[in-house]
Amino acid sequence: MPLVEVRHLVKEFASGQGLLRRGAVVRAVDDVSFDIEEGETFGLVGESGSGKTTTGRCLLRLVEPTSGEVRFRGRDLLALSAAEMRRVRREMQIVFQDPYSSLNPRMRAGAIVEEPLVIHRMGAGPARRRRVAELFELVGLDPALASRYPHEFSGGQRQRIGLARALALEPSLVIADEPVSSLDVSVQAQVVNLLMDLQQRLQLTYLFIAHDLRLVRHICSRVAVMYRGRIVELAATAAIFDAPQHPYTRALLSAIPVLDPDAPRARLVLDETAVDRSRPLREVAAGHWAAI
Amino acid sequence: MGDAPLLEVERLTTVFDVGGRALPAVDQVSFTVGAGETLGLVGESGSGKSVTALSILRLVQPPGRIASGRIRFRGRDLVALREREMRALRGADISLVFQEPMTALNPVFTIGSQLEETLAVHGRATGHAARRQAVDLLGAVRMPDPARRLDEYPHQLSGGLRQRALIAMALACRPALVIADEPTTALDVTVQAEILDLLREMKARFGLSLLLITHDLGVIAETADRVAVMYAGRLVEQAPVRALFHDPKHPYTRALLASVPDDRPGTPLRAIRGAVPSLGALPPGCAFAPRCPDRFEPCDRLPPGETRVGEGRAVRCYLHGDAVEPAAAVPGAR
Repeated sequence: MPLVEVRHLVKEFASGQGLLRRGAVVRAVDDVSFDIEEGETFGLVGESGSGKTTTGRCLLRLVEPTSGEVRFRGRDLLALSAAEMRRVRREMQIVFQDPYSSLNPRMRAGAIVEEPLVIHRMGAGPARRRRVAELFELVGLDPALASRYPHEFSGGQRQRIGLARALALEPSLVIADEPVSSLDVSVQAQVVNLLMDLQQRLQLTYLFIAHDLRLVRHICSRVAVMYRGRIVELAATAAIFDAPQHPYTRALLSAIPVLDPDAPRARLVLDETAVDRSRPLREVAAGHWAAI
Repeated sequence: MGDAPLLEVERLTTVFDVGGRALPAVDQVSFTVGAGETLGLVGESGSGKSVTALSILRLVQPPGRIASGRIRFRGRDLVALREREMRALRGADISLVFQEPMTALNPVFTIGSQLEETLAVHGRATGHAARRQAVDLLGAVRMPDPARRLDEYPHQLSGGLRQRALIAMALACRPALVIADEPTTALDVTVQAEILDLLREMKARFGLSLLLITHDLGVIAETADRVAVMYAGRLVEQAPVRALFHDPKHPYTRALLASVPDDRPGTPLRAIRGAVPSLGALPPGCAFAPRCPDRFEPCDRLPPGETRVGEGRAVRCYLHGDAVEPAAAVPGAR
């Protein structure tokens, strides 16, 4: 059984509300289905407005889906009460893009990491403090830094604090929403290595939401490409990069700048009018799905 | 090229006066931009690349100030110009394209009125003539339906179209030099590709020189003729773009290129250990030394000076020569 099963997920947002205009609806996520297998890194890629971030938040019900199903270990999350959902969330954590705005500036780093343990009433006193120190070490931070405030840390260190907090409750799924895109290039690789290392050590499953296709290629086992709310292609990472089938995937891949001034530039421009959004995914090769 | 370069930056030092110390955000940086050339200035946050751009336009705000050095543009030293002369030059001869077009455009004025104002301020055109030129400019940057866009407000445009409007504004007075500071960082990758294509096209069409500032090595590889790499306020390597990517000389440049994900999925990335030092806590020697895999005895003593390492190439690293950086021109700057 897959760890996560998403079926026909839809999220609509009302737009253009005002005194005179009413009720225009935008489908940010439009009939999205995929599975995440235990232990894999599933990549969700797409550009701004593609619905990838909303999809990630719907999985945790940080955003309430309009319709569809999200199953976690077979349990339908959308049918759970708020209290039940809180318990399930121990197993599903999220790491945000911006380590500057996602950490409370008035809390010390140790308290930020400890907070989930307090909320879920796990451990107490010295045992809890030992656990916080352990979590600091797990993400490569000196536990002596626990008494400092977020502004005293670099961007990379802040992202480590966010990760320690996410791991406090020993989740099995971590949703990483652009976890390194606000970091300096020279620091990104450190955090990516840490993510890969933690996955091995803690048997984590990742939903990796990103726009950096080079990075996605490096760490994901399978990738779904989103375009205007829909998944237009889903396959093993190598298949997506070596044999992209959907015109949007092809255009997206051709736009990645190549780190070689001599590389031929073969930019493909997507003819948006030629994309039939109603076309369903079909299996074009074993495990390779495309809406063509 | 032959002729004198369009822009010559010579030992530029820009400091920030903080807590009684003068912290060097830009430390004795020298480079040139030739006519029709694109120089890529690459660096991470805190490298001094944006402060370098602001220094050239004399837009550094206190507590920052240009402490020493020269910035020659068409032979005139911009550091010595009066503010009034500098104002006439900004936007007319040298213009700037920012990272975030939404904050660079004024949200309460239409695209057209902002373009027309730019033309009017520099005495290029007013009234109907300005409006005609504004339409032409939007057409030149491939804005779809330019006449209609003129009457729209910035929030009505997508990020990519806003950046096109900003580029149109930067080109309005036919400047010789455009400084583009992370012009595609806020954009999606397909839109980034379009904007880079546009910048290349504009450069060829208007004979511009371009100083392209970015942290993205891919953008540099696609756009620049030459590259200058900055680290902690200092320029550590300069080279023609091919030479830089095929044979990087400075350990920082090498490490930066090596840390990018490559064709071996699932393997650990070659990360650079540690973090960029803060300006207040620069090491006494080479600023990269604490993170450098090739560090040896001289690296921790004094900052290395510039060593020529081939045609149009220079590097500040003791692996390539024993030149030492002359003492800082500003007391307390190091």
